[in-house]
Amino acid sequence: MNIGKIIKNGVIDENPTFVQVIGMCPTLAVTTSAINGIGMGLATAAVLVCSNLMISLIRKIVPDKIRIPCYVVVIASFVTIVQLLLQGFLPELNKSLGIFIPLIVVNCIILARAEAFAGKQGPISSFFDGASMGIGFTLALFIIGLARELLGSGSALGFTILPVVFPRTIMMILPPGAFITLGLLMALLRYIGRRKA
Amino acid sequence: MDKLIYIVVGSILVNNYVLSRFLGICPFLGVSRKVETAFGMGVAVTFVMTLASVATWMAYNLALEPLTNALGFNFTFLYNIAFILIIAALVQFVEMFMKKSSPTLYRALGVYLPLITTNCAVLGVTVINMNEGYGLLYAALNGMCAALGFTLTIVLFAGIRERLERNDILPHFLGFPIALITAGLMSIAFFGFSGIIK
Repeated sequence: MNIGKIIKNGVIDENPTFVQVIGMCPTLAVTTSAINGIGMGLATAAVLVCSNLMISLIRKIVPDKIRIPCYVVVIASFVTIVQLLLQGFLPELNKSLGIFIPLIVVNCIILARAEAFAGKQGPISSFFDGASMGIGFTLALFIIGLARELLGSGSALGFTILPVVFPRTIMMILPPGAFITLGLLMALLRYIGRRKA
Repeated sequence: MDKLIYIVVGSILVNNYVLSRFLGICPFLGVSRKVETAFGMGVAVTFVMTLASVATWMAYNLALEPLTNALGFNFTFLYNIAFILIIAALVQFVEMFMKKSSPTLYRALGVYLPLITTNCAVLGVTVINMNEGYGLLYAALNGMCAALGFTLTIVLFAGIRERLERNDILPHFLGFPIALITAGLMSIAFFGFSGIIK
C-alpha cells in the first residue's frame, strides 16, 4: 500500500477521534490544556507505533485463537516502558496525565489498529499506519485542548492571550466542558466536510 | 464507617466514573441506544468489576509485593501487564460461566460481554484501588460502587437517548455530537452532588 495514502487515511479520512470516535476516555479527560493534549497524544502515538511494528513482525508466529491476549501483552509492555520513561524524564507531565498513562493499554485505537491493520500487513506499512493514526490522534487532542484552554483559562499553550475583560468560562476546563466541546467540534467538522463536498 | 460512606457516595455520585473521571466512555456512548441493553451491560460490568477488584488486589498484595520483598527486585512495575491479563481471563471465565448457568442473560449481553476487557473503567478502578492503597474489603466495595455508578449513568443516558430519537435535530448534530452534548448536560447535573462530601 502506498505510504502517502496511509498517512492521509490516518490523519484525515479515518481520524480516530473525529471520524471513528474511538479512544474517547483520554480524549475527554486530559484535554484541559493544549500541552496535556499533545503529551497524551504523543505517548499514545509512541505505544501505537511500537506495538504496530511488533505485532506485524510476530503476526505469523502467533496462533489465530490466542492473538488478542498476545496483542494485549505486547501493548501492555510498551505502555510500561513509556510510563517508566515519563516518570524518569517528564515527571510533571506524568503527574498531570495521571492514571491515563497506564490506561493506554485499554485505548481502543491501539487494539483496533493491531486487529484491523498490523495483524495483516507488513512491518513497514504497519509502522506508518501507527504513526499516521498517532498523529491524527495527537492533532485531535491538541485542537480540543486548545479550544478548552482558550475558553476556560484564556490562554494558549500556557501563554495568556485573551484580555482580562474577556470572560473565562471555568466550566470549559471542568468535566462537562469536555463533552460539550467535543460535541460542538464534531458537528463543526461535519459541517465543513459537507460544505466542501 | 466514615470511609465506607465516603467510598460509596464518592464512587457512585460525586466522582462518578463516567461523568467526572471519564472512565468507560466507549461503552457509555456505544451501548446506550436502548435501556435494556444498557442495563444488561451495567449488570455484566458490575459483576466483572467487583471480581476484578478482588483478584487484582490479591495479585498485587499477595504476589507482586511479597516477591519484591523476597527477591529484592522491584516487581511492582509489572502491575499493568498483570492486571490486564487478570481482567481478560476473568471476562473469559465470566463468559463461560454465564453460558452454562444463565443462557438467557448470556444471549442478551451477546457481543458486549467480551468487550468488557477493553472497558477502561475496569482497569481504571483496579489502578485507583492500588494507588489509594485500599484494603481488600474497601477495594471490593469501591469496585462495586464504581460499577453501580456506571450502571446508573448508562441507564439514565439510554433513557434520554431513546427520547432524543424522536426529536428534530440539526443534521450535523445527529448521532455522536448530540449524544456528547447530552452527556455534558448530565455531567453538569452530577456536579450538583459535589457538595455532599468534603
